[in-house]
Amino acid sequence: MNHDIHLIVNGEAYLLSVPAHHTLLQVLREQLVLTGTKNGCEAGECGACAVLVKWPGADHAEPVNSCMVLAPEADGAEIVTIEGLAHDEQLDPLQEAFITTGATQCGFCTPGILVNARALLDRTPDPSETEIREALVGNLCRCTGYVRIIDAIEMAARAGREVAR
Amino acid sequence: MTRDQESGARSQESASSFQLPASNRKHSLIGTSPQRIEGRAKVTGAATYVDDMQFGPNLLHGMLKHSPIPHGIIVRIDVSKARALPGVRVVVTGEDFPGYTGLYLKDRRIFALDRVRYVGDTIAAVAADTPEIAQQAVDLIEVEFEPLPGVFDPEFGASPEAPLIHPELGNYEAVPFIFPQPGTNVSNWMKVRKGDMDKGWAEADLVYEHKYRVPHIQHVPLETHVCVAQQDVNGKITLWSSSQSPFAQRNLIAKALHISHSKLRVITPYVGGGFGCKAGVSMEGAAVALAMNAKGRPVKLRMTREEEFYTTFVRQGLVAIIKMGMTQEGRITAVHNRFYWDGGASTEYGTNITRAAGYSGTGPYYVPNIHIDSLCVYTNHPVGGAMRGFGMPEIHWGIEQHIDQMAEKLGLDPVQVRLINCLKDGDETLTGMIMHPTGLSQCIQKAAEAIGWTSPPAPLLEGEGSHKRRGKGLAAMWKAPAMPPNPGSSAIVRMNEDGTATVSIGGVDIGQGALTAMAQLAAEGLGVKIEDVRVNTVDTDYSPYEWQTVASRLTWSMGNAVLQAAENAKLQILQTVAEAWNEDINDLDIIDGQVVSYRSEESRSLRDIAVYGMQRPDGTWIGGPVLGRGNFMPEYVTPLDPETGQGPRAVVHFTTGCQAVEVEVDEETGEVQVLKIVSAYDVGRAINPDMVRTQMEGGAVQGMSTALLEGIILQNGVPRNPNFTDYRIATAVDAPLELESIIVEVPQDDGPFGARGVGEHPMVPTAPAIANAVYNAVGIRIDSMPITSEKVWRELAKTRP
Repeated sequence: MNHDIHLIVNGEAYLLSVPAHHTLLQVLREQLVLTGTKNGCEAGECGACAVLVKWPGADHAEPVNSCMVLAPEADGAEIVTIEGLAHDEQLDPLQEAFITTGATQCGFCTPGILVNARALLDRTPDPSETEIREALVGNLCRCTGYVRIIDAIEMAARAGREVAR
Repeated sequence: MTRDQESGARSQESASSFQLPASNRKHSLIGTSPQRIEGRAKVTGAATYVDDMQFGPNLLHGMLKHSPIPHGIIVRIDVSKARALPGVRVVVTGEDFPGYTGLYLKDRRIFALDRVRYVGDTIAAVAADTPEIAQQAVDLIEVEFEPLPGVFDPEFGASPEAPLIHPELGNYEAVPFIFPQPGTNVSNWMKVRKGDMDKGWAEADLVYEHKYRVPHIQHVPLETHVCVAQQDVNGKITLWSSSQSPFAQRNLIAKALHISHSKLRVITPYVGGGFGCKAGVSMEGAAVALAMNAKGRPVKLRMTREEEFYTTFVRQGLVAIIKMGMTQEGRITAVHNRFYWDGGASTEYGTNITRAAGYSGTGPYYVPNIHIDSLCVYTNHPVGGAMRGFGMPEIHWGIEQHIDQMAEKLGLDPVQVRLINCLKDGDETLTGMIMHPTGLSQCIQKAAEAIGWTSPPAPLLEGEGSHKRRGKGLAAMWKAPAMPPNPGSSAIVRMNEDGTATVSIGGVDIGQGALTAMAQLAAEGLGVKIEDVRVNTVDTDYSPYEWQTVASRLTWSMGNAVLQAAENAKLQILQTVAEAWNEDINDLDIIDGQVVSYRSEESRSLRDIAVYGMQRPDGTWIGGPVLGRGNFMPEYVTPLDPETGQGPRAVVHFTTGCQAVEVEVDEETGEVQVLKIVSAYDVGRAINPDMVRTQMEGGAVQGMSTALLEGIILQNGVPRNPNFTDYRIATAVDAPLELESIIVEVPQDDGPFGARGVGEHPMVPTAPAIANAVYNAVGIRIDSMPITSEKVWRELAKTRP
């Protein structure tokens, strides 16, 4: 059975007919062809599919593993995927920092980590190293050893604070 | 001979009669750290991986039928109900594709035919309009088995009592350096015999034997195996594959399916991690088999995370029995090692891991008297394949703990014992090869110094009164690229109208930074800016041949080919300019994309020359589109004697290194926290030092993860933890507080600018270094990986009154 749902994804409004058993991850990747969001385990254990979701009535977005959300549940939500992190060719400071510090290797975990890190900096603009590590605990990375990812988030946080001043 | 002269000599041999003068080499980009050239694509989600490619509504979804039992005869397969299900387009079984395949030993079928040999063995495959229909169809395939007794331990598997898993072993095709033992479960027996064992034991003041165990682990690339196959009207098949080995896949699948290499095209876009599991072929043959029956429709086959854990490749388990003799002064007199490898149901790849363990079986030490048996044993476990380190993390787990145990028993400092015995320039290795210049001693010294080996431990994180104890540990390593004697690399550098260059290679960037390193080498060799170099991902129809992206060989081997191709293009350009300007080629150079003459001080952009050629003074034209070519293949590796393992040159070279760690162990919970890992490796020459460091960091944490957390739990062949909840890998919280990476550079005589590989090495000594540090902290020796809190706690409990 299909459901009609309304989504706002990266600022664009969509009316979609989605099978009841499809996940938000499937809708993003297969129907909207926003393939930057990755499928790593389909069990909510690796964080590769993380996107920012602002649920109907909520006042801020939160990072969500999109493989764990059934598409009909997302009706009315505002979603930001990795494709929505940059604006008009201007990269998010986190994206710049990931390139500068060498925080991406194979790149498969990178979109989920960037989205999750954006949520962290939105709620905690000046996180401690421990806060960064704890925020990333649901994002697996097998290439980098995490240290440069932590460095990159610290660098982006500094850049964000400078902009704010 | 300097590195410059030597590489000039190479150009001369392969390119033309002219040699670029050594002064033409500026090294301006070598040793610098430009950012990853595909970085922007990866941080924006624009980088396309196989599963991101769009094939339209015609796409069929493939799924595999796996064996639920570890060993048994297939009595009956009935696919009629699956075939009858609406929406099912293809069902294939072993009867359709009975051929054998394999990299070093052809002992594996695409689909099990007469018997299954592990839980997860592929019995059949289906392709259907939707994944849901494919799943229903797989469930409708009926298979009747006659169960057979299994082999779940390699020592038992090697014994005469064990049931045979491959009774046909004697009929399998093997490469000449693999020695199967027909009538047994031993698919390769690598022997090393050197010196006089009796003399070695007699000279020792201490002889000590101990057994060490390593479980199966999984590579855990974040992107699981995935491929799409499609056959066109001419019968040509295209395979889009997340692979480390597009050319090896083309070769092995073409042979297994009896199709021409030119009728199979493998395309590999970005790859979401490999670590060895995407080397060779695992499930890709099944996708091609489905596509051959899909009437032109593309078929996607993507492994679930559960399938990834045990149906493609795992790292082999190991039981290592190590016996060593040492003098009072700390000199190793003899080594007698037995390695029982848990090869799994197929050892097509694993046989060569066993061989590598044989010719590296002393660890990085000079030993005069040696007896090593490395046995690859069939078991009813998942199929062992290549993994980062290719046998070295496994054997060093025992060897490097053994060194510490020997040193302690003799009252010696383990760092000094390593420095006394470690291989130095000109020493003979265990196989009789003369060791090339190596920075191993430097690596040991620098790692020890950086961890503060001789200084007392730093204060505990929680202060006095805590239940935590600190310890330091260290381990050294060596590893050679493990491969056939003649793995080839090739490269093409094409000039574009705007003066930029496009580099075509057959090696894959699996995250290690190969695209960027190759861009640096091409830019350096040609004389252009790195921004003006594009490097293509692989398409076997257009990319030049590369054996595989394995063995930490790309920077060295493919790097040689790329540098040569770039220098070849430069030479062609300068020859054209020399004639057009009527100048001596020795007065010309290319700097930042401009051809310059040091004599006439003329200058011209490559934009005007590289495609259109140049006009001579008389108005005629010379030159034309520039296409540089380069190739590399080592020509000096010798066979080893099958009975003694002796030969002049077993391998191309060894990368050596050392890691030192500091840990904190909680005596109440057994929990081990790694505070710091220092890595020091001799990389020959770091083409991109920052990327070398990222390899060291990532390898150290992967090694730490295997040391403390990982292991596939197999109960009578059944994997019990194929998910990230029950098979934990290190997270950001587990990662050490500090990682320090030290680059040592003792040049490799035939590497580009002296480079040799370092991709795998950083995870080799991590686990034994941590084990040694845990011992140093609390006096507990964990000889069976992983060092779980539970094991440490149990051992600690035994020591309490």
